[in-house]
Amino acid sequence: MSIRVLRPGLLTTVQDHGRHGYQRVGLCPGGAMDPVALSLANALVGNPPEEAALEITVIGPELVFEQDTLVAVCGAEFQGGFPHNRPVLAKAGTRFNVGRAARGARAYIAVAGGFAVDPVLGSRSTFLPGQFGGFEGRALKHGDLLPLRDEKAVERFSVLKKTRDGTVKWSAPPLTLPDREPILVHVIEGQHFASFDSNSQRAFFDTVWRIAPDSNRMGFRLSGPPLGRPQADEILSGPTCLGSVQVPPSGVPIALMADHQTTGGYPRIAEIASADVARLAQLAPGGKVHFAKCSLEIATELRRDARERLQSAIRAISWEYGVKTK
Amino acid sequence: MAQPRPLGVIPLGDSAAYVEFSEKLDLEVNSVVQRLGLAILKRKVPWVRDVVPALGGLALHFDPDHPEFPAKPLEGALALVLESLKAALAAKDNPGSEVVLPVCYEPEFALDLAEVAKKAGLPPQEVTHLHLSGEYRVLMMGFAPGHAYMGGLDEKLAVPRRASPRAIVPAGSVAIANEQTVVYPYAISGGWNVIGRTPMVLFDARRQRPSLLWPGDRVRFRAISRAQFVEMAAGQ
Repeated sequence: MSIRVLRPGLLTTVQDHGRHGYQRVGLCPGGAMDPVALSLANALVGNPPEEAALEITVIGPELVFEQDTLVAVCGAEFQGGFPHNRPVLAKAGTRFNVGRAARGARAYIAVAGGFAVDPVLGSRSTFLPGQFGGFEGRALKHGDLLPLRDEKAVERFSVLKKTRDGTVKWSAPPLTLPDREPILVHVIEGQHFASFDSNSQRAFFDTVWRIAPDSNRMGFRLSGPPLGRPQADEILSGPTCLGSVQVPPSGVPIALMADHQTTGGYPRIAEIASADVARLAQLAPGGKVHFAKCSLEIATELRRDARERLQSAIRAISWEYGVKTK
Repeated sequence: MAQPRPLGVIPLGDSAAYVEFSEKLDLEVNSVVQRLGLAILKRKVPWVRDVVPALGGLALHFDPDHPEFPAKPLEGALALVLESLKAALAAKDNPGSEVVLPVCYEPEFALDLAEVAKKAGLPPQEVTHLHLSGEYRVLMMGFAPGHAYMGGLDEKLAVPRRASPRAIVPAGSVAIANEQTVVYPYAISGGWNVIGRTPMVLFDARRQRPSLLWPGDRVRFRAISRAQFVEMAAGQ
């Protein structure tokens, strides 16, 4: 039971929802950059939402399924002519040649039953800086043979109602994909917002920022006007969070993403609403974003709303699997 | 010392909060923060996923989807801190473990020893001796998994960081800057002054306790020879 990697793509890693409880020893939770798309991809193949899947980035991989495999791709739209956002039964020997991302930056390839890699500290996520988790602690490369858990893919697929050509006629909604750019991302003021000069405070909200090329799973650097503080005093290093926007002395803001450092000594100008972090993760280098200030209450409301939309999408998919199993 | 009280609760987005006790590093406040961190962990609050003691306060990372997650998380976080503070203050001294780290201070590992000696106006042996005779405490962990910021460095050794950081500091490097000492768990870029190297693996995700050092731990260093270093490194 395996998938063979013919071409690894730009950055293909095994990711789930991350490992919690180790930030006090400096290890961030990590996990999928877009956990919403991951959860949907899993639901589409009948997995629990927290199962591990392949996170593919900007340029997709080419894979061969060595046996019949129930698979779904969710998140960014990639070229290559295979269906997104719906379960597909890939017959043994099928080549899955994923091209470039046409909209969004990251997608998740989930397979029924998940990947047979051992959890490390409670998670199957690949942590690249520490070289552990996922498949051998690294991004996939040519020739890898990814082990799958034994799952009766054909049987699982057979419960779904299909059209005459053998496909399902419904699809999952792309909840995190940008329909236009710049995308709007909500933030609350960071601890040190008031210490920035008024021009920088304004510029932070009035600028269409671009994701810089040297952005990665640790952080997105934002190209735009440099931000500054009238008194460039050093601040006491302290904890950071997924979505913290910190500004080093260069003035170039960095939004902390999944594999971020857990503490930092740079002033934080903003904290991104958690509901919008997954949407930001769908921007590739060059992608455009602008920020809107909101209250903690609004950020909380956005999170609840995003969660409800995800839950109702998952319910609708589970229902498709449930109806015929009765 | 006056009983430390939180200065405020600062949201780190909608899923975490920083409870600040001091804007400057104060070792006594930090000691309370460490005990507080453990007291909160002990309560096993289901909507708190991570408790991160830091130099001047601590962060609580929430599980906002947990059914018991409070409707007003900042108030909930503050209440939790105030309830735990009593137990923390009652706890004796430091609850952390005592750790002795073997360090080889031979020149091939002490990349910046000459530079530090020059800046501090001390002979190199004296730098090593002062570092060895110190008692340290883990004030905060961060920067990389297993990377501990340790306080208690002799002020005679308080030299600034290197003007230009090294692209790669070898794993296990023991380094100093300002009034702190650190050990680099991985080969990683960094700007602290390297004065020795430990053969110990600071962080290994496959271990039961992945990190050798934990917040609040008390740490001492023990000098080893190059031969011992090689032997211990092989045994890791």
